[in-house]
Amino acid sequence: MLQADRIAVFRGERLVFRDLSFAVSAGGALVLSGPNGSGKSTLLRLLAGLLPRAAGTVRWDGQDALADLPLHARRLVYVGHKDAVKPGLTVIENLKLAARVAGGSIPVALTAMGLTELADLPARMLSAGQQRRLALARLVLGSAPLWLLDEPTLGLDARSVTLLADLVVSHRGRGGLVVAATHLALPLPDAATLRLG
Amino acid sequence: MRLFAAVLGRELRLSLRHGADTLAALLFFLLVAALFPLGVGPEPEMLGRMAPGIVWVAALLAALLPLDRLFGADFEDGSLDLLLLSGLPASGVAGAKVLAHWLVTGLPLLVAAAPLAEMLRMPKQALPALMVGLLPGTALLSLLGATGAAVVVGARRGGVLLPLLVLPLAVPILVFGAAAADTAATGLSPRPHLLLLTAMLAGAVPLCPIAAGAALRGAAE
Repeated sequence: MLQADRIAVFRGERLVFRDLSFAVSAGGALVLSGPNGSGKSTLLRLLAGLLPRAAGTVRWDGQDALADLPLHARRLVYVGHKDAVKPGLTVIENLKLAARVAGGSIPVALTAMGLTELADLPARMLSAGQQRRLALARLVLGSAPLWLLDEPTLGLDARSVTLLADLVVSHRGRGGLVVAATHLALPLPDAATLRLG
Repeated sequence: MRLFAAVLGRELRLSLRHGADTLAALLFFLLVAALFPLGVGPEPEMLGRMAPGIVWVAALLAALLPLDRLFGADFEDGSLDLLLLSGLPASGVAGAKVLAHWLVTGLPLLVAAAPLAEMLRMPKQALPALMVGLLPGTALLSLLGATGAAVVVGARRGGVLLPLLVLPLAVPILVFGAAAADTAATGLSPRPHLLLLTAMLAGAVPLCPIAAGAALRGAAE
């Protein structure tokens, strides 16, 4: 259960949003919508503990989530708008750190995003969409309950969007939470929508 | 500890894959030192007298070379977020980066310093003091350098700012490091200088990763 209560964030001198409250329960999904610059990415980074908040509380199962950041980091997978793919490493090597942190199996993650055939290629040979899939493959590693997705479908083809949607459905089926900022259609059945800006 | 090893392993794998960058610092070290005989003349007497200082200045400059990319590359491609979300405290991430920088840059410099000192005809009795001084010295350079690199990460023209930030801080290391080898060359004990270097290291080991970690958190904002 993720709960945000009256949170406010400054970026430099600018107030991005204030008095924002929402709750996502186990198995639930929250879609962030709003125009560019309305603070969707900012909110996701705040929920990941990467940004400080000016006011309000974020709770996980009733506890202050952002009090212990390393502990909070283990609860979540964050896929930002940058893919964090190292061009010099192979596809497998790119997932190694995440696999050792989360303890998941790399072959399973590669299969889930349809990357098995590219496993030994250097990541610089991948197309933009394939790099996006590589970034998303981190979701399958480990069993972190909270997924924070920033425009996850950007650059993906229709088949990959279906793969991602399947992953999200099974994640939610296990009681996982998803908070996603998305302009493009990612099918998220009965997700709540939070309008920003 | 397991997470620390995971982050360190990733750093080492990346440096191995970008071998040219890794080798560049070492070659730069050798080249800078090789320029001195050309500039000041090849008299063995004078070169031998200057050798400890030359080796130390060259090591200082060479250690700066890879710092620009130490956090910069991760910041640009979004990997810094992943590192901060690895479950390791930010200071732990910085600590792993420091250790990786030392293993990949500091240690090769240390090894290359011996033949270099020989090439410059440094007096034989100064070599142990030079090497023993470079051991904490290069570690200190990695610690201070990584802290500076974390502070400028995300700043425009950070690469220009970085030496201006780190070089003044490295002055005490240079002073005592070169003095240790110098005193040994004249037959005196280098012990006080080496102890001071080690004391600086003892202070920097806990403090620099904390400072660098705080700077990284700031950069991620």
